[in-house]
Amino acid sequence: MSDLAPPHIRSRVDLIQYGRALDCVHCGLCLPACPTYDLFAREGTGPRGRVYLMRGLAEGEIRPAPTVLRDLDLCLVCRACEPVCPSGVRFGEMMEFCRAHILEPARPPGRGLRLRRFVARHLFNRPRLLHALAVLLLLYDRLGLRRLLCSYGVLEYFSPELALRDSFLPRIPRWSERRRLPRRTAARGATRGRVALLEGCVAPLLLGRVNHATARVLAEQGFEVLVPRRRTCCGALSAHFGQLGAARAAARRTIAAFQALGPIDAVLSNSAGCGAMMKDYGRLLEEAEGASAAEVRAAHGFAARVRDVTEFLADQGIRPVPGRVEARVAYAAACHLAHAQRVTAAPLELLRAVPGLELVPLERADRCCGAGGLYNALHPRESLALLEAHVEDLRRSGADTLATANPGCLLQWRAGVERAGLAVEVCHPVELLDRAARVAGR
Amino acid sequence: MLPLERLRRIVGAEHVLSAPEETFPYECDALTWLRRRPAAVVLPGGTAETAAVVAALAEAGLPFVARGAGTGLSAGALCPAGGVVIETARMKRLLALDPWNRLARVECGIANAEVSRAAEAHGLFFAPDPSSQHVCTIGGNIAENAGGPHTFKYGATARHVLALTVVLPDGRVLHTGSPLADPSGYDLTGLLVGTEGTCAIVTEATLKLTPVPPAVETLLLAFRGVEDACAAVQRVIASGLEPCTMEVMDGATIAAVEASVNAAGYPRDAGAVLILEFDGGGAAVAESAERAERLCRELEVLACERARDRAHRLKLWKGRKGAFGAMGRLAPDLLVQDAVVPRSRLAEVSARVLEIGREQGVRLSNVLHAGDGNLHPNISYDRRDADETRRVLEACACILSACVAAGGTLSGEHGIGLEKRDFMHLVYGVSDVEKMRAVRDVFNGRALLNPDKVLPAREQQTP
Repeated sequence: MSDLAPPHIRSRVDLIQYGRALDCVHCGLCLPACPTYDLFAREGTGPRGRVYLMRGLAEGEIRPAPTVLRDLDLCLVCRACEPVCPSGVRFGEMMEFCRAHILEPARPPGRGLRLRRFVARHLFNRPRLLHALAVLLLLYDRLGLRRLLCSYGVLEYFSPELALRDSFLPRIPRWSERRRLPRRTAARGATRGRVALLEGCVAPLLLGRVNHATARVLAEQGFEVLVPRRRTCCGALSAHFGQLGAARAAARRTIAAFQALGPIDAVLSNSAGCGAMMKDYGRLLEEAEGASAAEVRAAHGFAARVRDVTEFLADQGIRPVPGRVEARVAYAAACHLAHAQRVTAAPLELLRAVPGLELVPLERADRCCGAGGLYNALHPRESLALLEAHVEDLRRSGADTLATANPGCLLQWRAGVERAGLAVEVCHPVELLDRAARVAGR
Repeated sequence: MLPLERLRRIVGAEHVLSAPEETFPYECDALTWLRRRPAAVVLPGGTAETAAVVAALAEAGLPFVARGAGTGLSAGALCPAGGVVIETARMKRLLALDPWNRLARVECGIANAEVSRAAEAHGLFFAPDPSSQHVCTIGGNIAENAGGPHTFKYGATARHVLALTVVLPDGRVLHTGSPLADPSGYDLTGLLVGTEGTCAIVTEATLKLTPVPPAVETLLLAFRGVEDACAAVQRVIASGLEPCTMEVMDGATIAAVEASVNAAGYPRDAGAVLILEFDGGGAAVAESAERAERLCRELEVLACERARDRAHRLKLWKGRKGAFGAMGRLAPDLLVQDAVVPRSRLAEVSARVLEIGREQGVRLSNVLHAGDGNLHPNISYDRRDADETRRVLEACACILSACVAAGGTLSGEHGIGLEKRDFMHLVYGVSDVEKMRAVRDVFNGRALLNPDKVLPAREQQTP
């Protein structure tokens, strides 16, 4: 292949990624899986066309013109095209590489770009800055500013765009839910093993409840839970934005933080996006310039132990769940769980283990909700269009609870449910297991 | 001059693509060695918009072509030079479902499988089932008179289309056929189906739905080679049994499928597999399947497996339908050839096809709709390699000649398009082609719509 590659493609990594584009034979079987092709109907907004664009960029057939940036940026990187591709195109990987090496250098400079790069490179690795932002958001909410702006349609009047962005702003939970996890939670009953849990970067601020429920459920199921002293970001958001350098730095920090915990059976995450990223650390560091063989080996070793919490519990066998939760639950698959990690049955198995819980079918449950990293911040209108269709499906399903296993999706569905005025609780599957146990007085 | 402003006013600015980078991904369909970049791509939202777009283009004297999902294999939707692609991807509504009369009225951009999905609740389905059915559009199916594995029993698309709304190349709208019964007068619907988008643009269609058979039995039979599989096909047909599909895949195809996400559990050590399916009433189907199994066991069958349940059956089919895409594992490009021979000569011609592949030094595998005598030699290649591409095309020419020499024809279901236009003389004389051209001229006299497809240029009519 290498002698047929365009002359400017020289490095080994370039060649690998260029080769990925050649995996596509243009059959188009990916099109029905793509949420943005469904929405926009342009070839450049579907996987086949995007691969074609990426190949065209690599071969110098086209320039990274504004329309190319637009269509490639509209990709959610939900990777729903990967499990349906008979040719095995590794779309997510290609998109990451393309954003990093072709799109990033082509972006028009300006304040927006500086902000974007700051967010992608630094924000999620700065716990104090994140905390400060959370406080600002809390004040905006609690001082009545938000109500003033929104309830009388003031914001809507001046800027529908801002009003829309406002509706995607997450609610900051009360202080008690923003406590960090204890560094060690003892197992209950007969111990089945010792696991380490990733807290995440924004999850402790926005979804502390999920983290606490995860630790309690793991303990209840017989696992000792360790949490690294240093809160690290896994680097998924950086990679998503094509900041691979920052993603690699995050990967190195995360691996070190978990290595400090000593021997563990598994590294767990309750966030599909983080889990997918950590499982990919081996490749991520392999493609780094100047990564040592030992480092790459360590990264592969680490990645091999990463599991989603639902995947881990289903693999280990779920102990009978005490208590009961009377709820009609619809499960929406997080893309990075179903498509990137190919974990589809485990979350349902977990939910079925909860006595009293009734699973109700949800149309297009494996379609992206529009959260897609920070898609809702970058493309609020498109994100909303995707979300509203799903919320309508949710309303029709008759569920009173929606379970999904990723922070971005949890926040996105919450925003959607609130906009539509539905009385549906949005939670992580482990929260339902946790609730059952607490009903039983555990 | 492109009437861009006028087009934008008709369909909305966001649905007119004219930057070279925007039109770039439209330069080919699933036949990737033939590429031509359109001057513009327009995505109308319905019949009226399509008609207005066509009128604007006709007034400007620009050539244009309608394109569905771009899954075509004969470059039928390749844009004419300097022309405009009218993409139907936004016209994907199911307009009406009438279970009582077993009808569906749809817009042309709806995917084939979506029609069956909508009809499923009423125990009905749309019978034509091309391998790309989850993607390919009804408009494209009608243009190509598409078939599929079940064509053997149910017939190709033409038998399942009752009425059409089309936009003529001057922008007028024509309604043909009737959902009620056979039309009186000339059957324009029948005439337009299979004209490969050279006479009119289909924008809406009334489709005939078929009751889902109550029982289905699917057999997977493994053989040492394609020849044995074809012998089994002959045997089954000679016995008077009526399967609804008879699909054969050779060893190379099995290997590619089993390495893909659609791995179906085909025996990897077999030289060929045959998928036999029976559908209909419960007892009769079970009996037919048993008889077929007995017949095949008398031959040199390596293994015989019956689908345990619906999930298993779907898995077997997923492997078959993802077979083309799975070839992407072998090389960057794939040419899916399509030709028909009398069923009785299938084994012999299949062997000849493999021989041609060896002679030309190309990577070739065989998939057969054996019941219809329809061959799909798949040739894996790299379009960047000029010499390999030349050998692939040479192989195609040899394959087509061999099929015609065996009493066959140029295409079973993929159409002539641009790919095989210059082979038409193998099966048609000058006067045949002139009559076809006369028919086209009745609809498309200025030849603005899809001008260079199907019919060979006049100077190329005689070899």
